[in-house]
Amino acid sequence: MPLVNGGKIADDRFVKLAVDTPLPDSGDILVPAERFIAEADALLKRAGKVGVIWPNNRDIDELVPYLGKVAAVALVFPTFRDGRAYSQARLLRERYNYRGELRATGQILRDQFVFMLRAGFDSFEVKKQADAEAFMQTAKRYSVFYQPTGDGRITALHRRMQLRHSEGVGT
Amino acid sequence: MYAYDEIDRTLVNERVSEFRDQVKRRLSGELTEDEFKILRLQNGVYLQLHAYMFRVAIPYGTLASNQLRALAHVARKYDRGFGHFTTRQNIQFNWIKLAELPDALEDLAKVGIHAMQTSGNNMRNVTSDQWAGVAPGEIEDPRIWSELIRQHTTLHPEFSFLPRKFKIAITASDHDRAAIKIHDIGLKLIKNEKGETGFEVLVGGGLGRTPFIGKTIKHFVHGRDILSYIEAILRVYNQYGRRDNIYKARIKILVHELGIEKFSREVEEEWQHIRNSSLQIDDEVIEDIRSRFTYPAYEKLPHMPDELRQAAADTDFEAWRKNSVAPHKVQGYSIVTISLKPIGKPPGDATADQMDALADLADEYSFGEIRVGHEQNLALPHVAKRDLPALWKALDKLGLATPNVNLITDIIACPGLDYCSLANARSIPIAQELTRRFANHELANLIGRLHINISGCINACGHHHVGHIGILGVEKNGEEVYQITIGGRADEGAALGNLIGPGVKFDEVADVIEDVVEAYLALRERPDELFIDTVKRLGVEPFKERVYATR
Repeated sequence: MPLVNGGKIADDRFVKLAVDTPLPDSGDILVPAERFIAEADALLKRAGKVGVIWPNNRDIDELVPYLGKVAAVALVFPTFRDGRAYSQARLLRERYNYRGELRATGQILRDQFVFMLRAGFDSFEVKKQADAEAFMQTAKRYSVFYQPTGDGRITALHRRMQLRHSEGVGT
Repeated sequence: MYAYDEIDRTLVNERVSEFRDQVKRRLSGELTEDEFKILRLQNGVYLQLHAYMFRVAIPYGTLASNQLRALAHVARKYDRGFGHFTTRQNIQFNWIKLAELPDALEDLAKVGIHAMQTSGNNMRNVTSDQWAGVAPGEIEDPRIWSELIRQHTTLHPEFSFLPRKFKIAITASDHDRAAIKIHDIGLKLIKNEKGETGFEVLVGGGLGRTPFIGKTIKHFVHGRDILSYIEAILRVYNQYGRRDNIYKARIKILVHELGIEKFSREVEEEWQHIRNSSLQIDDEVIEDIRSRFTYPAYEKLPHMPDELRQAAADTDFEAWRKNSVAPHKVQGYSIVTISLKPIGKPPGDATADQMDALADLADEYSFGEIRVGHEQNLALPHVAKRDLPALWKALDKLGLATPNVNLITDIIACPGLDYCSLANARSIPIAQELTRRFANHELANLIGRLHINISGCINACGHHHVGHIGILGVEKNGEEVYQITIGGRADEGAALGNLIGPGVKFDEVADVIEDVVEAYLALRERPDELFIDTVKRLGVEPFKERVYATR
């Protein structure tokens, strides 16, 4: 699956481990949540970065104590219809101030990119090569946003206020 | 009216261009039907029994005449010359081609109309009182808040893939014309003891397979906090709403399973985290939205003009006036309800020609404004009383002056098996037969206010649970069978109806309803005791006896 990171198709430096895959001596790894919680101390001590794959039905609060130590959090969209990970992403970014890589995994299509970017994702394991290639174009599809989120984009409500005030200056 | 500015127009256009690309990818096979389905639903496009159905939003039921003309244009150019107004302040077109949908959307976008989120598991079109801003005695125009919430819920990046659909309705009057108690979130605009504007918030109402009346989750949420409070409810629902079973995925089930106390604690906890965030609404922002609602330059008019006094001699006019004309907050003006329930026709349908003609009448008599109500009727919200006789004549010529608003033939019905792929039974032919049975205006008037609601399946688009008489079509051994309930209502006293007995066959429905009505006429204490009040006083039994004694 192609990975889009920083707006470009990129190599995935993380190796995904299953619950029982032997731990490699070095290199960056992505570990399922249950293994991460069980072996956190050992995993964080080794050389190489550690990321965690967090399922969408597990309380994000459990991950909070480790947020300063993990290099990536991969949230899961088992189907594109299941939007739980959008809430988890916003909580991680906006409430817990997580600044590492936030990756969308699972069934990721170009039609979700704008929603995901707005929710705080910056990395995407995309299902179709063509969608990955269309990333930049699709991400720029909208220029107007009605809701404030942690992505810092100005909302329509506030843009109107700015326009109104700037008009006021001239009069 | 609310005026879209460049910012709103840009968003609608960006949405149309996105959907054009999605349709193109579907037609080329790049998108599978499974992938495309959710995208088209988010743009109001269903695949129905015979063709694609296209559902267009009419936020809080307010339309300008040029917008109604654009709907007529879509009906004429892309469909078969008519549209169907629904119980959720939408209009549906039944025969549209997928390849032409982007063009239809583009034509609508030119007048600030869209189909965003009229379907799919996201926040649906925000509905409100069709008399908003003109009804006497409301706290303030609820459309200001409706528009604020419409904007906030449009393309929301967190809540576009919820467990199920999500509906919000707002009222600002004690008499609830927005049916807020049967919505996922119901908002009642109120003032607190300090005179500040806010909302009583209800949650967990809804019909369908498992009907519930909404419960109050908070008695007062300040207006500035309403977006954060809604967001808190949605966030709890998005995370904890059931996704294992489509029938148990609505928020009403979550509220029911957790109990309102536990659910409200969850919401409260979430809310405390976000209430002082950028979701808090500045007074300036509210005033900005308020300033974009313009109101007509009303004239100073007499309470009782000569034109009205003279027309009172015409009994047909008087029958219509008594039935269709409601008081307005400005002296000398009225709100006119236009029945889309002519005898023998499908409820809620209007032809393209009728829509165009109504747009002209709105320009001439109602400052270019039209309203759409959840009863599937339209309204002209600012008609000078002196113009009522002329308006009535014009409506009569169009076949739109049936004096049956709120009477037994003002039936709410879903499209049923004639159009809908979910339906198990016909709705429209039942409605048509009932309107013929009760076509006599004197009889209907004698019966008084009585709402019949018909659904062709358990999904309850015809809101049968809350009809004074509810008719639900189900399928049993390959046959259409209709279950009949009485005592439901959708207003401020919202209640679910009770079953009167075993289901009856298609051919018997109208007879049974006649029996129920006759029983009521015999049982009522006074001529002004409404059907719903008689049912409340006596319960189901005497009606059941009457209906089933001879069957």
